[in-house]
Amino acid sequence: MDGILLRVTGLMAGYTAPVAGPLGFELRRGEILGLAGPNGAGKSTLLKALWGGVKVFGGRVEKAPGLAISHQAQSFDDLRGVPLTGRELLALTGAVPAGLPPWLAERLDWRLDRLSGGQLQFLRLWACLAAPADIVLLDEPSNNLDRAGVDYLADWLGRAHDDQGIVIVSHDPALIDRVCTRVIEVGGVVEVPAQ
Amino acid sequence: MNLELLFDPLFRVPFFTGLLLAGLLPLIGMYLRLRGEWLAALAFAQMASAGALLAMVLGWPMLAGGALAALLAALAKGFAAAAGANAYALMMLLAWGAGVLLVANHPLAEQAGHALFDGQLYFTGEGHLLAVGLVCAGAVPVLLRLNRPLLLARFFPEFHQARGLDARPRLMLFDLLAGVVIALATVSIGVMAAFALVFVPPLVAYRFGRSWRVGLGLAALVGMGGYSLAFALSLAFDQPFGPVCAVLLVGLILLLGVKSDRL
Repeated sequence: MDGILLRVTGLMAGYTAPVAGPLGFELRRGEILGLAGPNGAGKSTLLKALWGGVKVFGGRVEKAPGLAISHQAQSFDDLRGVPLTGRELLALTGAVPAGLPPWLAERLDWRLDRLSGGQLQFLRLWACLAAPADIVLLDEPSNNLDRAGVDYLADWLGRAHDDQGIVIVSHDPALIDRVCTRVIEVGGVVEVPAQ
Repeated sequence: MNLELLFDPLFRVPFFTGLLLAGLLPLIGMYLRLRGEWLAALAFAQMASAGALLAMVLGWPMLAGGALAALLAALAKGFAAAAGANAYALMMLLAWGAGVLLVANHPLAEQAGHALFDGQLYFTGEGHLLAVGLVCAGAVPVLLRLNRPLLLARFFPEFHQARGLDARPRLMLFDLLAGVVIALATVSIGVMAAFALVFVPPLVAYRFGRSWRVGLGLAALVGMGGYSLAFALSLAFDQPFGPVCAVLLVGLILLLGVKSDRL
């Protein structure tokens, strides 16, 4: 693969029939690739196809050998009532707490059901972002985050991540423009340069 | 009320057999509740009781019959995962029907059937204690190893697959472990007492545990404390153990005021 983490060629994906694609790109370490497009374009489906979460109907997904992928799902289960702390949640994926925003770091030993929706979303995001992985796939990471959360996320993503490749699906053009080194418009599959 | 019975050596083996189970069953219950599968415990217990009765009628050891039936139930649960609670309900109906028919039509099964349904812990012998001790010694380290995969399956279900790993063997191992432990408990302390110890202590732990680790400890503590009290009360007042244990544990829930929206 010669320094390439992921090579996607003509990818068509879906559940019982192809609903998204074709998509093609290459991802290298240090890159942050944005998948943009309108609702229903199949961005999340294509993201899931990168790790095998949905059926691939056409094209190829080639991965570098021994690749570890971390995926942040857009939706998540109701966590109400489970006596799990933030620190325990991060330990599950091997994510390190160092670098968490102060407003969350000080609540790491709280139960998850005592956190606000935005705090919980950021924590789940962090569990994927800061886990040991070569590729991080983020699906609508700014959902449920307040302005402070989105800013912190954008700043963190904006810093150098030379050892990882990141793919972001978002309907938030401001976030995509701010952090991505490349953007692919899903639907028309036209590659456009980031601003 | 006869308090002297509490110190009778005759009841030491049954007490310690039940005490070990009362520490282990709530741990199994914590993970079953985590996976939304607590009803599976009742299905396993019913299947184990039917299997034990059938074994008795056929002249086999009840313990082996119960364990085999619960293992089959655990395997069926694994293969019928998509059916969810429907599969557990079907298992319960099948096991209940088969158990009652055996009791009604076979004189040998009648007394054992009452013991299984009423929870006559005092009939347990050293064979039960040995089996329970061995299973506990094996189950605790296995549960420790399964803790992370089980939590990951609940909170990050895509974690293993995204890394090219298959979590299903470990999840299946938990099903089998739960089946064996609940089968042993059913044969030793009865169907409903076993289910009560799987179901109630985790309710308290989910409500009051400050963390998962504390929750596990709290569940085991509630199970062992509730069991010990139920054992003493049933002996002192000459009552069947199973119903006393179930009523006492439900009373604990009412006393602690665990909110109905968390049940």
